Amino acid sequence: MTVAVTNIRVEDKLYQNRYVVDAGRPHIRVRPHEWPSVNLYALTGVRPAKCYELNDQGQVEVIADGCMECGTCRVLCEASGDIEWNYPRGGFGVLFKFG
Amino acid sequence: MTEENFDAIVIGAGMAGNAAAYTMSSRGMKVLQLERGEYPGSKNVQGAIMYADMLEKILPDFRDDAPLERHLVEQRFWMMDDSSHIGMQYRSDDFNESRPNRYTVIRAQFDKWFSRKVREAGATLLCETTVTELVRDPKGRVTGVRTDRAGDVILADVVVLAEGVNGLLGTRAGLRDTPKPETVALAVKEMHFLAEEVIDQRFGLKANEGCVIEAVGTISRNMAGLAFLYTNKESISIGIGCLVSELAATMESPYGLLEKFKTHPSVKPLIAGSEVKEYAAHLIPEGGYKAIPQLFGDGWVVVGDAAQLNNAVHREGSNLAMTSGRIAGEAIVQIRNRKKPMVKEHLSLYKSMLENSFVIKDLRKYKDMPALLHTNSRNFFTTYPKLLSQAAQNFVRVDGTPKIDKERATTATFIKARSRWGLFGDAVRLARAWR
Repeated sequence: MTVAVTNIRVEDKLYQNRYVVDAGRPHIRVRPHEWPSVNLYALTGVRPAKCYELNDQGQVEVIADGCMECGTCRVLCEASGDIEWNYPRGGFGVLFKFG
Repeated sequence: MTEENFDAIVIGAGMAGNAAAYTMSSRGMKVLQLERGEYPGSKNVQGAIMYADMLEKILPDFRDDAPLERHLVEQRFWMMDDSSHIGMQYRSDDFNESRPNRYTVIRAQFDKWFSRKVREAGATLLCETTVTELVRDPKGRVTGVRTDRAGDVILADVVVLAEGVNGLLGTRAGLRDTPKPETVALAVKEMHFLAEEVIDQRFGLKANEGCVIEAVGTISRNMAGLAFLYTNKESISIGIGCLVSELAATMESPYGLLEKFKTHPSVKPLIAGSEVKEYAAHLIPEGGYKAIPQLFGDGWVVVGDAAQLNNAVHREGSNLAMTSGRIAGEAIVQIRNRKKPMVKEHLSLYKSMLENSFVIKDLRKYKDMPALLHTNSRNFFTTYPKLLSQAAQNFVRVDGTPKIDKERATTATFIKARSRWGLFGDAVRLARAWR
């Protein structure tokens, strides 16, 4: 028996978490691009908090409000300059209750 | 804030940072510890298993008041296909001892407790403070830090970088490289709450006994990956981790993998009826010995996950973090006692001491394992678990087929999947890397 896993809503998972969002100061930025690089495009699948989405013009956009600061996107895309990654200011971002 | 001088600044209040800060402040050093989270532990994620021996070397009486969940009496290792698992299991009443060897912990709570000990030892802790930059003198020696709190520089004789696997400061300052996608795994994890008695019943446990399940197989969809399930007192930590390079190549969704593991028929009944209270993600250093960066320099040392000190084979990370933090602290105390400057020449003592500890010895033993497992991930993480599971089913299912035919069929599936040479080669390569 294979269990089909479809339509998992990560939003429902993130809803459990505590965040202090630093409004207007995103800690991750995607460099404006015509077409995404291979690694940048991969983020639209690998993202644990679904921060990265492909817009209807085929460009990758980031909304980092649910970011858990794992650094996966940094490891894949910072060196090439595809993204710019900083920690949120002290006290902001995800706050794990259990971790 | 006026300009202030400290003997040491520790960046980060995780296992490594707390161990370093405690070691130095309890020996009379003036220590400032900086943590970007609201409280220590608020940015930290671990399975989590905590090893008593390494903590005892720092806080011998930790059992008196540390927030420990369960001590482990049973370890299960599963190899899974989509409908089955075959496993090894070790359980011993010997682990019901007066000073148990391993405990499950919940990091946010544990780190708060550890941090309290650090402050009681005299260190100053500043939370909600992100260090933005290492300050260096014209010769390149690290002399302090700049934070997002105030523009002023905070100076210290030595800076201990305990900033974690995704540490920005050391990499931005050029002290080490950013981890490569093939040297880190992304793990996602959920906390499932259940009544204590329900957990006891489901795992056959009593009075604070704990059980650990670790699993490989089709759950990681041909990638190098490991799933885990740890029993806490009133909750179950469940998660899965896979190599970032392979996740990027396959574009598999990490929470999709977790969901698949959770709904596997062997796992689903164990967590049925639970209430999920948190979803977390974190990187794990997987590069082993060959990924260890430069560990010290003029005015700085790096410890714990930031230094890639993680034994992926035994899934030990926090004890290497604690031990490297403690050893760095001890080395710094000794250099200070001899009134020597905290420069590269003297801080090399940290590396020498670390090389003589289990930390580097263990990592060196498995130095070829990451390359082997990561380049043959499909074979080791999918093909073999699947073959073994099929072989077990063939062995136990009674259907009138003569046993000799069953054995032949099983042998044939192994040879078909890997060829005789392939099987032989895999065995030799594994034995060599393990040696």
